[in-house]
Amino acid sequence: MDGMHDLGGKQGFGRVRHSAKADVFHAEWEKRSNALLAFAVKQAWLNMDEYRHAIERMEPRHYLAAGYYERQFTGLVTLLVEKGVVSREELERIAGAAIPLSLPSAPGRSNAPGRARFQPGDRVRVKEEFVPGHIRMPAYIRGKIGTVVAESPAYPFPDAHAHGVRAEDEPTYDVAFRSEDLWPHGADAALVHVGVFQSYLERT
Amino acid sequence: MKDEPPLAPAERRVAALESALEARGLNATSFVDAHVRTAEQNWMPQNGARVVAKAWADPAFRERLLNNGKAAVAELGLSMPAHHRHLVVLENTAKLHNVICCTQCSCTAYSVIGLPPDWYKDFEYRARVVRESRTVLREMGLDLPADVEIRVWDTSADTRYMVLPLRPAGTEGWSEDKLASIVTKDAMIGVARL
Repeated sequence: MDGMHDLGGKQGFGRVRHSAKADVFHAEWEKRSNALLAFAVKQAWLNMDEYRHAIERMEPRHYLAAGYYERQFTGLVTLLVEKGVVSREELERIAGAAIPLSLPSAPGRSNAPGRARFQPGDRVRVKEEFVPGHIRMPAYIRGKIGTVVAESPAYPFPDAHAHGVRAEDEPTYDVAFRSEDLWPHGADAALVHVGVFQSYLERT
Repeated sequence: MKDEPPLAPAERRVAALESALEARGLNATSFVDAHVRTAEQNWMPQNGARVVAKAWADPAFRERLLNNGKAAVAELGLSMPAHHRHLVVLENTAKLHNVICCTQCSCTAYSVIGLPPDWYKDFEYRARVVRESRTVLREMGLDLPADVEIRVWDTSADTRYMVLPLRPAGTEGWSEDKLASIVTKDAMIGVARL
């Protein structure tokens, strides 16, 4: 989905609020939320693709206003409610107030048919695809051409794995894109490397 | 947005979920307590610093690290979560600088380089570093010479990255412990040089 989360290349943001001694957590509840996510993974209630997609499905104003651990918690609690592990009513009764959840999911999809195997040095194009469900293709590479640098081990296919759709594991390709090709006359010179699932790629 | 009920503060939302799970007899609270300690004590940049120091001191280890990061860090007793199937180590040179990010969420090799700092998860870094890499690095205090090429690595799948910083001059003959003491999380993300 072309969601609010897909920030790569968006303009208008100011300076990074960097500090060499930056904190990881800012409150005790953030640590406990992080641990509850690990607990849910250990219980096999969810996988990481479902989790990422549940964050992407947050209402955009909520996504932008929430800090990282509030986004994490919202993804987690949304899935646990959707999967029937807990009910929203029970949680809101305990909390004594409303608990915002993410919006519903759209359908996922399985691997592309006839996936090509690529070699380092191959020129590849990211397919012009627009899907309503989860996808790990940042929009800034859609339709763009890059060069394959390496192949990873096979991973679960996110577009399926986030939606309970059956699919084969497939490799990702480390594809190097010239920033000039991604944002002509609008970027600092660099090579931008993206891990791109095989299903998203075609030969040029 | 009229007639919306008041929202629970985030800490009460989290506490509500924890107590609902605890009420099911799942021992969520003891798991959470232990996990919080693990996150604070084990997922530290000192792990990655040991990896970097060994790579600087031991050319054969450096070779193994660049070929198969996950297997090489395991030699130092460092594990990675099951869904991180691959660790790619990016070696800086005098003329090449690597920097990592995650534009869509905030993925990192946290068991090796430590949990991501707050700014790494902020929208400014996620939006800008892929497009304005040299400018963002300069704003963050790293003014790279014009002849240094930049490579940005967007963690868009479950492969994880860490930067192998350039070994500073004047550290010849140092022990691995002393070398490790100068390696920072920022240098392994690639927003600083040492």
